[in-house]
Amino acid sequence: MAKVPLTFTLNDAEIGVFVVPGSNLLDVLRRGAGDLTPKEGCAQGACGACTVLIDGVPHLSCLTLAEMAEGRRISTTGGLAVGPELHPLQTAFMEGFAAQCGFCTAGMLMSAKALLDQTPNPTRDQVIEAISGNLCRCTGYEPIVDAILTAAAKMQGRTA
Amino acid sequence: MAIHRGRGFACINYPIGMNLGGDPAQALVHSTPDGKFMVALSAIDLGQGMKSVTRQIAAETLGVPVEDVYVDTADSDTGPHDMGSFASRGTHRVGNAVIRASAEARKQMMEAAADELEVNAADLTTDGRGNIHVKGAPSRSITVADTATAAQFKQGRTLSGRGIFLIPPSDADPDTGEMTPVTCFAHAALVIDVIVDDETGEVEVTEINSAYEVGRALNPRLVEQQLIGGAWMGVSHALYETTEPYYPDRSHGPEDFNTYLMPGPGQIVPHHIAVLERPAEDAPFGGKGPGEMCANPVLPAIANAIYNAVGVRCDRLPITPEKVLRGLQANGGARPQGGNNGATQGGSMPQGQR
Ligand code: FES
Ligand code: FES
Repeated sequence: MAKVPLTFTLNDAEIGVFVVPGSNLLDVLRRGAGDLTPKEGCAQGACGACTVLIDGVPHLSCLTLAEMAEGRRISTTGGLAVGPELHPLQTAFMEGFAAQCGFCTAGMLMSAKALLDQTPNPTRDQVIEAISGNLCRCTGYEPIVDAILTAAAKMQGRTA
Repeated sequence: MAIHRGRGFACINYPIGMNLGGDPAQALVHSTPDGKFMVALSAIDLGQGMKSVTRQIAAETLGVPVEDVYVDTADSDTGPHDMGSFASRGTHRVGNAVIRASAEARKQMMEAAADELEVNAADLTTDGRGNIHVKGAPSRSITVADTATAAQFKQGRTLSGRGIFLIPPSDADPDTGEMTPVTCFAHAALVIDVIVDDETGEVEVTEINSAYEVGRALNPRLVEQQLIGGAWMGVSHALYETTEPYYPDRSHGPEDFNTYLMPGPGQIVPHHIAVLERPAEDAPFGGKGPGEMCANPVLPAIANAIYNAVGVRCDRLPITPEKVLRGLQANGGARPQGGNNGATQGGSMPQGQR
Protein backbone atom coordinates (compact mmCIF):
# COMPACT_ATOMS: atom_id res chain seq x y z
CA MET A 1 0.00 0.00 0.00
CA ALA A 2 1.27 3.47 -0.81
CA LYS A 3 2.64 5.21 2.22
CA VAL A 4 1.26 8.58 3.20
CA PRO A 5 3.17 11.49 4.73
CA LEU A 6 2.46 12.36 8.34
CA THR A 7 3.73 15.32 10.33
CA PHE A 8 3.32 15.98 14.02
CA THR A 9 5.15 17.42 16.99
CA LEU A 10 6.77 14.83 19.24
CA ASN A 11 7.67 16.46 22.53
CA ASP A 12 9.61 19.46 21.12
CA ALA A 13 10.61 18.03 17.77
CA GLU A 14 8.87 18.34 14.41
CA ILE A 15 8.48 14.85 12.99
CA GLY A 16 7.82 13.93 9.38
CA VAL A 17 7.40 10.27 8.48
CA PHE A 18 5.80 8.14 5.82
CA VAL A 19 3.34 5.63 7.22
CA VAL A 20 1.28 2.79 5.86
CA PRO A 21 -2.33 3.94 6.11
CA GLY A 22 -3.99 2.29 9.07
CA SER A 23 -0.79 1.98 11.12
CA ASN A 24 -1.22 2.53 14.81
CA LEU A 25 0.41 5.48 16.50
CA LEU A 26 2.47 3.31 18.86
CA ASP A 27 4.27 1.63 15.93
CA VAL A 28 4.86 4.97 14.25
CA LEU A 29 6.30 6.49 17.43
CA ARG A 30 8.56 3.53 18.13
CA ARG A 31 9.63 2.50 14.64
CA GLY A 32 9.02 5.63 12.60
CA ALA A 33 10.06 8.33 15.06
CA GLY A 34 12.44 6.15 17.07
CA ASP A 35 10.92 7.05 20.45
CA LEU A 36 11.05 3.79 22.38
CA THR A 37 9.62 5.22 25.60
CA PRO A 38 5.97 4.21 24.98
CA LYS A 39 5.72 0.45 25.53
CA GLU A 40 3.57 -2.19 23.92
CA GLY A 41 2.07 -4.37 26.64
CA CYS A 42 -1.04 -5.86 25.07
CA ALA A 43 -1.68 -4.03 21.78
CA GLN A 44 -5.38 -4.15 22.49
CA GLY A 45 -6.15 -1.29 24.83
CA ALA A 46 -6.13 -3.18 28.12
CA CYS A 47 -2.86 -2.35 29.87
CA GLY A 48 -2.05 1.35 29.43
CA ALA A 49 1.69 0.78 28.84
CA CYS A 50 1.42 2.68 25.54
CA THR A 51 -0.25 5.79 26.99
CA VAL A 52 0.84 9.04 25.30
CA LEU A 53 -0.69 12.51 25.40
CA ILE A 54 -2.24 13.97 22.27
CA ASP A 55 -2.67 17.71 22.79
CA GLY A 56 -2.40 17.00 26.51
CA VAL A 57 -5.06 14.29 26.65
CA PRO A 58 -4.04 10.69 27.42
CA HIS A 59 -4.59 8.19 24.62
CA LEU A 60 -3.76 4.53 24.20
CA SER A 61 -1.40 4.82 21.26
CA CYS A 62 -1.81 1.14 20.35
CA LEU A 63 -5.47 1.83 19.52
CA THR A 64 -4.92 5.21 17.88
CA LEU A 65 -4.67 5.49 14.12
CA ALA A 66 -1.40 7.19 13.29
CA GLU A 67 -3.09 9.53 10.83
CA MET A 68 -5.03 11.05 13.72
CA ALA A 69 -1.74 12.56 14.89
CA GLU A 70 -1.49 14.80 11.82
CA GLY A 71 -0.60 18.30 12.96
CA ARG A 72 -1.10 17.43 16.65
CA ARG A 73 1.21 17.61 19.63
CA ILE A 74 2.27 14.21 21.02
CA SER A 75 3.95 13.97 24.42
CA THR A 76 5.76 10.87 25.62
CA THR A 77 7.95 10.03 28.59
CA GLY A 78 10.91 10.74 26.33
CA GLY A 79 10.10 14.44 26.62
CA LEU A 80 9.53 14.65 30.36
CA ALA A 81 13.07 15.46 31.44
CA VAL A 82 14.51 18.85 30.53
CA GLY A 83 18.16 18.17 29.79
CA PRO A 84 19.53 16.42 32.86
CA GLU A 85 16.62 17.71 35.00
CA LEU A 86 14.11 14.94 35.62
CA HIS A 87 10.42 15.85 35.76
CA PRO A 88 9.17 15.90 39.38
CA LEU A 89 7.04 12.83 38.59
CA GLN A 90 10.13 10.92 37.46
CA THR A 91 12.02 11.95 40.59
CA ALA A 92 9.11 10.97 42.82
CA PHE A 93 8.76 7.57 41.09
CA MET A 94 12.48 6.96 41.55
CA GLU A 95 12.68 8.08 45.16
CA GLY A 96 9.41 6.38 46.07
CA PHE A 97 10.44 3.01 44.57
CA ALA A 98 7.37 3.18 42.31
CA ALA A 99 8.87 0.94 39.62
CA GLN A 100 10.17 -2.60 39.71
CA CYS A 101 10.35 -4.09 36.21
CA GLY A 102 9.46 -0.64 34.87
CA PHE A 103 7.29 -1.83 32.02
CA CYS A 104 4.22 0.10 33.17
CA THR A 105 6.19 3.16 34.21
CA ALA A 106 6.12 5.17 30.99
CA GLY A 107 2.35 4.80 30.73
CA MET A 108 1.86 5.57 34.42
CA LEU A 109 3.95 8.73 34.09
CA MET A 110 1.93 10.00 31.14
CA SER A 111 -1.43 9.28 32.81
CA ALA A 112 -0.13 11.04 35.90
CA LYS A 113 1.17 13.99 33.92
CA ALA A 114 -2.19 14.47 32.21
CA LEU A 115 -3.85 14.46 35.63
CA LEU A 116 -1.45 16.95 37.22
CA ASP A 117 -1.61 19.28 34.21
CA GLN A 118 -5.38 19.54 34.70
CA THR A 119 -5.61 18.98 38.47
CA PRO A 120 -2.49 20.20 40.26
CA ASN A 121 -3.80 19.21 43.70
CA PRO A 122 -5.49 15.87 43.16
CA THR A 123 -7.05 13.79 45.90
CA ARG A 124 -5.92 10.21 46.37
CA ASP A 125 -9.12 9.02 44.69
CA GLN A 126 -8.47 11.24 41.69
CA VAL A 127 -5.00 9.75 41.34
CA ILE A 128 -6.39 6.23 41.52
CA GLU A 129 -9.02 7.15 38.92
CA ALA A 130 -6.38 8.64 36.62
CA ILE A 131 -4.23 5.49 36.58
CA SER A 132 -7.12 3.02 36.64
CA GLY A 133 -6.44 2.19 32.98
CA ASN A 134 -2.79 1.38 33.65
CA LEU A 135 -1.96 -2.13 34.80
CA CYS A 136 1.05 -2.78 37.01
CA ARG A 137 2.14 -6.31 37.77
CA CYS A 138 4.86 -5.55 40.29
CA THR A 139 4.31 -2.72 42.73
CA GLY A 140 0.84 -3.26 44.16
CA TYR A 141 0.08 0.32 42.96
CA GLU A 142 0.45 1.97 46.36
CA PRO A 143 3.99 3.28 45.75
CA ILE A 144 2.81 4.68 42.41
CA VAL A 145 -0.15 6.51 43.94
CA ASP A 146 2.10 7.84 46.70
CA ALA A 147 4.71 9.00 44.17
CA ILE A 148 2.13 10.91 42.12
CA LEU A 149 0.83 12.64 45.26
CA THR A 150 4.39 13.47 46.29
CA ALA A 151 5.16 14.94 42.87
CA ALA A 152 1.97 17.00 42.95
CA ALA A 153 2.92 18.40 46.34
CA LYS A 154 6.46 19.19 45.17
CA MET A 155 5.21 20.96 42.07
CA GLN A 156 2.95 23.07 44.30
CA GLY A 157 5.81 23.78 46.68
CA ARG A 158 4.24 21.73 49.47
CA THR A 159 5.54 18.67 51.24
CA ALA A 160 3.25 15.65 50.82
CA MET B 1 -27.89 -10.49 54.30
CA ALA B 2 -24.83 -9.17 55.99
CA ILE B 3 -21.21 -8.22 55.71
CA HIS B 4 -19.01 -10.46 57.84
CA ARG B 5 -15.57 -9.64 59.07
CA GLY B 6 -12.93 -12.32 59.38
CA ARG B 7 -9.28 -12.62 60.25
CA GLY B 8 -6.90 -15.26 58.97
CA PHE B 9 -3.38 -16.23 59.86
CA ALA B 10 -0.64 -18.02 57.93
CA CYS B 11 3.03 -18.59 58.44
CA ILE B 12 5.73 -20.02 56.22
CA ASN B 13 9.17 -21.60 56.35
CA TYR B 14 10.49 -20.72 52.96
CA PRO B 15 13.37 -22.46 51.16
CA ILE B 16 15.90 -20.15 49.49
CA GLY B 17 16.75 -22.00 46.28
CA MET B 18 16.56 -25.77 45.79
CA ASN B 19 19.52 -28.15 45.78
CA LEU B 20 17.86 -31.10 44.09
CA GLY B 21 19.74 -30.99 40.79
CA GLY B 22 22.82 -29.01 41.78
CA ASP B 23 22.52 -25.27 41.58
CA PRO B 24 25.49 -23.27 40.27
CA ALA B 25 25.73 -19.52 39.71
CA GLN B 26 28.71 -17.73 38.19
CA ALA B 27 29.98 -14.17 38.12
CA LEU B 28 32.86 -12.48 36.33
CA VAL B 29 34.31 -9.16 37.49
CA HIS B 30 36.85 -6.97 35.72
CA SER B 31 38.00 -3.40 35.97
CA THR B 32 38.13 -0.83 33.21
CA PRO B 33 41.42 1.08 32.75
CA ASP B 34 40.01 3.92 34.90
CA GLY B 35 39.16 1.75 37.86
CA LYS B 36 35.44 1.11 37.42
CA PHE B 37 34.36 -2.48 37.94
CA MET B 38 32.06 -4.43 35.66
CA VAL B 39 30.17 -7.43 37.03
CA ALA B 40 28.92 -9.81 34.32
CA LEU B 41 26.02 -12.08 35.29
CA SER B 42 23.53 -14.21 33.43
CA ALA B 43 20.93 -14.16 36.20
CA ILE B 44 18.68 -11.34 35.09
CA ASP B 45 16.86 -8.64 37.01
CA LEU B 46 13.09 -8.94 36.57
CA GLY B 47 12.52 -5.88 38.69
CA GLN B 48 13.21 -7.59 42.01
CA GLY B 49 16.47 -5.68 42.45
CA MET B 50 19.12 -8.24 41.54
CA LYS B 51 21.26 -5.62 39.85
CA SER B 52 21.14 -3.25 42.82
CA VAL B 53 21.89 -5.94 45.36
CA THR B 54 24.73 -7.60 43.44
CA ARG B 55 26.17 -4.14 42.83
CA GLN B 56 26.19 -3.47 46.57
CA ILE B 57 27.71 -6.88 47.27
CA ALA B 58 30.47 -6.35 44.69
CA ALA B 59 31.29 -2.84 45.95
CA GLU B 60 31.42 -4.01 49.55
CA THR B 61 33.71 -6.94 48.70
CA LEU B 62 35.97 -4.94 46.39
CA GLY B 63 36.15 -2.06 48.87
CA VAL B 64 35.23 0.56 46.26
CA PRO B 65 32.34 3.06 46.05
CA VAL B 66 29.07 1.55 44.82
CA GLU B 67 28.98 4.25 42.10
CA ASP B 68 32.08 2.66 40.55
CA VAL B 69 30.46 -0.73 40.03
CA TYR B 70 28.30 -1.67 37.04
CA VAL B 71 26.29 -4.85 36.75
CA ASP B 72 25.66 -6.24 33.29
CA THR B 73 23.05 -8.95 32.94
CA ALA B 74 22.44 -8.30 29.29
CA ASP B 75 23.08 -11.57 27.54
CA SER B 76 23.13 -15.14 28.77
CA ASP B 77 24.98 -16.16 25.56
CA THR B 78 28.02 -14.05 26.37
CA GLY B 79 27.80 -13.91 30.18
CA PRO B 80 28.98 -16.62 32.58
CA HIS B 81 26.56 -19.49 33.13
CA ASP B 82 23.82 -19.22 35.73
CA MET B 83 20.81 -21.41 36.46
CA GLY B 84 18.65 -18.28 36.40
CA SER B 85 16.41 -15.94 38.33
CA PHE B 86 13.87 -18.26 39.96
CA ALA B 87 13.31 -20.37 43.07
CA SER B 88 14.09 -17.32 45.20
CA ARG B 89 17.78 -18.09 44.71
CA GLY B 90 19.07 -14.80 43.31
CA THR B 91 20.44 -12.97 46.31
CA HIS B 92 21.83 -16.10 47.91
CA ARG B 93 23.35 -18.01 44.96
CA VAL B 94 24.33 -15.14 42.69
CA GLY B 95 25.38 -12.96 45.62
CA ASN B 96 27.78 -15.67 46.82
CA ALA B 97 29.27 -16.00 43.31
CA VAL B 98 29.72 -12.22 43.16
CA ILE B 99 31.53 -12.24 46.51
CA ARG B 100 34.00 -14.84 45.21
CA ALA B 101 34.62 -13.08 41.91
CA SER B 102 35.00 -9.71 43.64
CA ALA B 103 37.38 -11.13 46.24
CA GLU B 104 39.66 -12.43 43.50
CA ALA B 105 39.56 -9.08 41.68
CA ARG B 106 40.28 -7.28 44.95
CA LYS B 107 43.33 -9.48 45.54
CA GLN B 108 44.72 -8.51 42.12
CA MET B 109 43.91 -4.86 42.73
CA MET B 110 45.80 -4.93 46.02
CA GLU B 111 48.80 -6.63 44.41
CA ALA B 112 48.91 -4.05 41.64
CA ALA B 113 48.68 -1.24 44.20
CA ALA B 114 51.42 -2.88 46.28
CA ASP B 115 53.73 -2.86 43.25
CA GLU B 116 53.07 0.83 42.70
CA LEU B 117 53.55 1.77 46.37
CA GLU B 118 56.47 -0.67 46.79
CA VAL B 119 54.95 -2.25 49.87
CA ASN B 120 53.57 -5.65 50.80
CA ALA B 121 49.97 -6.21 49.57
CA ALA B 122 49.07 -7.61 52.99
CA ASP B 123 49.80 -4.20 54.51
CA LEU B 124 47.26 -2.42 52.29
CA THR B 125 43.61 -1.62 52.84
CA THR B 126 40.82 0.21 51.02
CA ASP B 127 38.89 3.20 52.32
CA GLY B 128 35.74 2.49 50.32
CA ARG B 129 36.01 5.93 48.72
CA GLY B 130 38.25 4.97 45.84
CA ASN B 131 41.64 4.86 47.59
CA ILE B 132 44.04 2.13 48.62
CA HIS B 133 46.48 2.96 51.41
CA VAL B 134 48.97 1.45 53.82
CA LYS B 135 47.19 0.36 57.01
CA GLY B 136 47.68 3.03 59.65
CA ALA B 137 49.26 5.41 57.13
CA PRO B 138 46.46 6.92 55.00
CA SER B 139 48.88 9.33 53.32
CA ARG B 140 50.77 6.47 51.64
CA SER B 141 48.02 5.85 49.16
CA ILE B 142 47.07 5.38 45.53
CA THR B 143 43.65 5.72 43.95
CA VAL B 144 41.84 2.70 42.58
CA ALA B 145 41.77 4.52 39.23
CA ASP B 146 45.56 4.97 39.16
CA THR B 147 46.00 1.37 40.26
CA ALA B 148 43.86 0.12 37.39
CA THR B 149 45.69 2.31 34.88
CA ALA B 150 49.09 1.18 36.13
CA ALA B 151 48.02 -2.49 36.11
CA GLN B 152 46.75 -2.38 32.57
CA PHE B 153 49.21 0.01 30.91
CA LYS B 154 52.41 -0.55 32.92
CA GLN B 155 52.30 -3.89 34.74
CA GLY B 156 50.40 -5.77 32.03
CA ARG B 157 47.92 -7.44 34.35
CA THR B 158 44.16 -7.47 34.68
CA LEU B 159 42.17 -6.66 37.78
CA SER B 160 39.60 -9.39 37.41
CA GLY B 161 37.95 -12.22 39.23
CA ARG B 162 35.95 -15.37 38.61
CA GLY B 163 33.36 -16.66 41.01
CA ILE B 164 31.19 -19.73 41.12
CA PHE B 165 28.86 -20.84 43.88
CA LEU B 166 27.71 -24.40 43.60
CA ILE B 167 25.30 -26.19 45.86
CA PRO B 168 25.82 -29.86 44.94
CA PRO B 169 22.73 -31.98 44.29
CA SER B 170 21.25 -33.58 47.38
CA ASP B 171 19.96 -37.17 47.18
CA ALA B 172 17.70 -38.75 49.74
CA ASP B 173 19.33 -41.29 52.05
CA PRO B 174 17.68 -44.58 51.00
CA ASP B 175 17.32 -45.75 54.62
CA THR B 176 16.17 -42.62 56.40
CA GLY B 177 14.90 -40.42 53.55
CA GLU B 178 17.05 -37.68 54.97
CA MET B 179 18.32 -35.04 52.57
CA THR B 180 19.37 -31.42 52.33
CA PRO B 181 17.06 -29.92 49.72
CA VAL B 182 17.82 -26.34 50.75
CA THR B 183 20.64 -24.52 52.50
CA CYS B 184 18.73 -21.82 54.27
CA PHE B 185 15.19 -20.83 55.10
CA ALA B 186 13.43 -17.50 55.30
CA HIS B 187 10.29 -17.10 57.38
CA ALA B 188 7.14 -15.04 57.55
CA ALA B 189 3.83 -14.73 59.40
CA LEU B 190 0.80 -12.79 58.22
CA VAL B 191 -2.50 -11.68 59.68
CA ILE B 192 -5.07 -10.72 57.07
CA ASP B 193 -8.46 -9.11 57.63
CA VAL B 194 -11.28 -9.50 55.14
CA ILE B 195 -14.93 -8.67 54.78
CA VAL B 196 -17.23 -11.14 53.07
CA ASP B 197 -20.62 -10.22 51.66
CA ASP B 198 -22.88 -13.24 52.16
CA GLU B 199 -25.30 -12.00 49.52
CA THR B 200 -22.83 -11.58 46.65
CA GLY B 201 -20.02 -13.83 47.86
CA GLU B 202 -17.57 -10.99 47.34
CA VAL B 203 -14.44 -10.87 49.45
CA GLU B 204 -12.49 -7.70 50.13
CA VAL B 205 -9.12 -7.72 51.85
CA THR B 206 -9.10 -4.78 54.26
CA GLU B 207 -5.72 -5.02 55.94
CA ILE B 208 -2.52 -7.03 55.95
CA ASN B 209 -0.12 -7.15 58.87
CA SER B 210 3.03 -9.12 58.27
CA ALA B 211 6.41 -9.98 59.68
CA TYR B 212 9.12 -11.25 57.34
CA GLU B 213 12.49 -12.68 58.32
CA VAL B 214 14.77 -12.41 55.27
CA GLY B 215 18.24 -12.63 56.76
CA ARG B 216 19.93 -9.26 56.51
CA ALA B 217 17.89 -6.83 54.42
CA LEU B 218 20.71 -5.88 52.04
CA ASN B 219 18.65 -3.06 50.57
CA PRO B 220 15.80 -2.29 52.98
CA ARG B 221 13.78 -0.15 50.56
CA LEU B 222 13.94 -2.84 47.88
CA VAL B 223 12.89 -5.46 50.42
CA GLU B 224 9.88 -3.39 51.45
CA GLN B 225 8.98 -2.72 47.82
CA GLN B 226 9.15 -6.40 46.97
CA LEU B 227 7.08 -7.41 50.00
CA ILE B 228 4.33 -4.89 49.23
CA GLY B 229 4.15 -5.74 45.54
CA GLY B 230 4.40 -9.46 46.22
CA ALA B 231 1.60 -9.42 48.78
CA TRP B 232 -0.58 -7.60 46.28
CA MET B 233 0.13 -10.38 43.80
CA GLY B 234 -0.80 -12.90 46.50
CA VAL B 235 -4.15 -11.15 46.99
CA SER B 236 -4.62 -11.24 43.24
CA HIS B 237 -3.89 -14.97 43.06
CA ALA B 238 -6.13 -15.70 46.03
CA LEU B 239 -9.20 -13.86 44.78
CA TYR B 240 -8.96 -13.11 41.09
CA GLU B 241 -6.45 -14.69 38.77
CA THR B 242 -6.87 -17.96 36.93
CA THR B 243 -6.05 -19.30 33.51
CA GLU B 244 -8.63 -22.03 33.98
CA PRO B 245 -12.15 -21.37 32.76
CA TYR B 246 -15.00 -21.12 35.24
CA TYR B 247 -17.53 -22.66 32.89
CA PRO B 248 -18.03 -24.89 30.97
CA ASP B 249 -14.77 -25.52 29.10
CA ARG B 250 -11.43 -24.01 28.11
CA SER B 251 -12.82 -21.87 25.33
CA HIS B 252 -14.40 -19.69 28.02
CA GLY B 253 -11.04 -19.11 29.67
CA PRO B 254 -9.16 -15.83 29.65
CA GLU B 255 -6.98 -15.16 26.63
CA ASP B 256 -5.67 -11.69 27.31
CA PHE B 257 -5.60 -8.79 29.74
CA ASN B 258 -9.20 -7.94 28.86
CA THR B 259 -10.52 -11.20 30.25
CA TYR B 260 -7.84 -12.08 32.82
CA LEU B 261 -9.02 -10.67 36.09
CA MET B 262 -6.58 -8.64 38.19
CA PRO B 263 -7.14 -6.07 40.90
CA GLY B 264 -6.29 -2.48 40.02
CA PRO B 265 -5.20 0.61 41.91
CA GLY B 266 -8.71 0.85 43.39
CA GLN B 267 -8.09 -2.33 45.38
CA ILE B 268 -4.98 -1.28 47.27
CA VAL B 269 -4.79 -2.98 50.65
CA PRO B 270 -3.11 -1.26 53.62
CA HIS B 271 -0.11 -3.41 54.48
CA HIS B 272 2.03 -3.00 57.57
CA ILE B 273 5.33 -4.83 57.46
CA ALA B 274 7.90 -5.67 60.08
CA VAL B 275 11.17 -6.91 58.62
CA LEU B 276 13.16 -9.04 61.05
CA GLU B 277 16.84 -9.53 60.34
CA ARG B 278 18.58 -12.75 61.27
CA PRO B 279 21.62 -12.90 58.98
CA ALA B 280 22.19 -16.40 57.58
CA GLU B 281 25.69 -17.79 57.87
CA ASP B 282 26.02 -19.09 54.32
CA ALA B 283 24.29 -16.10 52.72
CA PRO B 284 26.05 -13.09 51.17
CA PHE B 285 26.45 -10.59 54.02
CA GLY B 286 23.66 -12.57 55.69
CA GLY B 287 20.98 -11.73 53.12
CA LYS B 288 18.61 -14.51 52.10
CA GLY B 289 16.22 -12.38 50.05
CA PRO B 290 12.41 -12.39 50.20
CA GLY B 291 11.79 -14.12 46.86
CA GLU B 292 8.46 -15.72 46.12
CA MET B 293 7.74 -15.86 49.82
CA CYS B 294 6.36 -12.34 49.53
CA ALA B 295 3.28 -13.74 47.76
CA ASN B 296 2.84 -17.32 48.99
CA PRO B 297 1.54 -17.00 52.56
CA VAL B 298 -1.03 -14.41 51.53
CA LEU B 299 -3.18 -17.09 49.89
CA PRO B 300 -3.75 -19.41 52.88
CA ALA B 301 -4.18 -16.41 55.18
CA ILE B 302 -7.02 -15.12 52.99
CA ALA B 303 -8.61 -18.59 52.79
CA ASN B 304 -8.46 -18.81 56.59
CA ALA B 305 -9.92 -15.32 56.97
CA ILE B 306 -12.86 -16.25 54.75
CA TYR B 307 -13.48 -19.36 56.83
CA ASN B 308 -13.29 -17.25 59.95
CA ALA B 309 -15.80 -14.76 58.51
CA VAL B 310 -18.48 -17.06 57.11
CA GLY B 311 -17.46 -20.65 57.84
CA VAL B 312 -16.79 -21.51 54.21
CA ARG B 313 -13.63 -23.54 53.62
CA CYS B 314 -12.42 -22.99 50.03
CA ASP B 315 -9.59 -25.24 48.90
CA ARG B 316 -9.52 -24.23 45.25
CA LEU B 317 -8.09 -20.97 43.97
CA PRO B 318 -9.02 -18.34 43.15
CA ILE B 319 -11.71 -17.92 45.78
CA THR B 320 -14.35 -16.40 43.52
CA PRO B 321 -17.70 -15.03 44.71
CA GLU B 322 -19.28 -18.09 43.12
CA LYS B 323 -17.26 -20.49 45.26
CA VAL B 324 -18.08 -18.53 48.40
CA LEU B 325 -21.80 -18.55 47.55
CA ARG B 326 -21.78 -22.28 46.84
CA GLY B 327 -20.11 -22.85 50.18
CA LEU B 328 -22.66 -20.66 51.93
CA GLN B 329 -25.45 -22.55 50.23
CA ALA B 330 -24.03 -25.91 51.28
CA ASN B 331 -23.76 -24.69 54.87
CA GLY B 332 -27.26 -23.24 54.87
CA GLY B 333 -25.92 -19.70 55.29
CA ALA B 334 -23.07 -17.86 56.90
CA ARG B 335 -21.54 -19.44 59.98
CA PRO B 336 -19.17 -16.87 61.39
CA GLN B 337 -16.50 -18.68 63.39
CA GLY B 338 -16.14 -15.74 65.76
CA GLY B 339 -13.74 -15.62 68.64
CA ASN B 340 -11.12 -14.13 66.40
CA ASN B 341 -10.18 -10.65 67.41
CA GLY B 342 -11.15 -7.12 68.18
CA ALA B 343 -11.37 -6.38 64.49
CA THR B 344 -14.57 -8.36 64.10
CA GLN B 345 -16.68 -6.05 66.21
CA GLY B 346 -19.05 -8.88 66.92
CA GLY B 347 -18.46 -10.88 63.77
CA SER B 348 -21.08 -9.72 61.34
CA MET B 349 -22.98 -6.56 60.82
CA PRO B 350 -25.91 -5.52 58.71
CA GLN B 351 -25.24 -4.32 55.20
CA GLY B 352 -24.48 -0.65 54.87
CA GLN B 353 -22.68 -0.37 58.18
CA ARG B 354 -19.18 -1.21 57.12
S1 FES C 1 -0.28 -1.66 24.62
FE1 FES C 1 -1.81 -0.17 24.43
S2 FES C 1 -3.11 -0.57 26.09
FE2 FES C 1 -1.69 -2.22 26.19
S1 FES D 1 6.72 -1.97 37.66
FE1 FES D 1 6.47 -3.86 36.62
S2 FES D 1 4.51 -3.58 35.71
FE2 FES D 1 4.66 -1.84 36.97
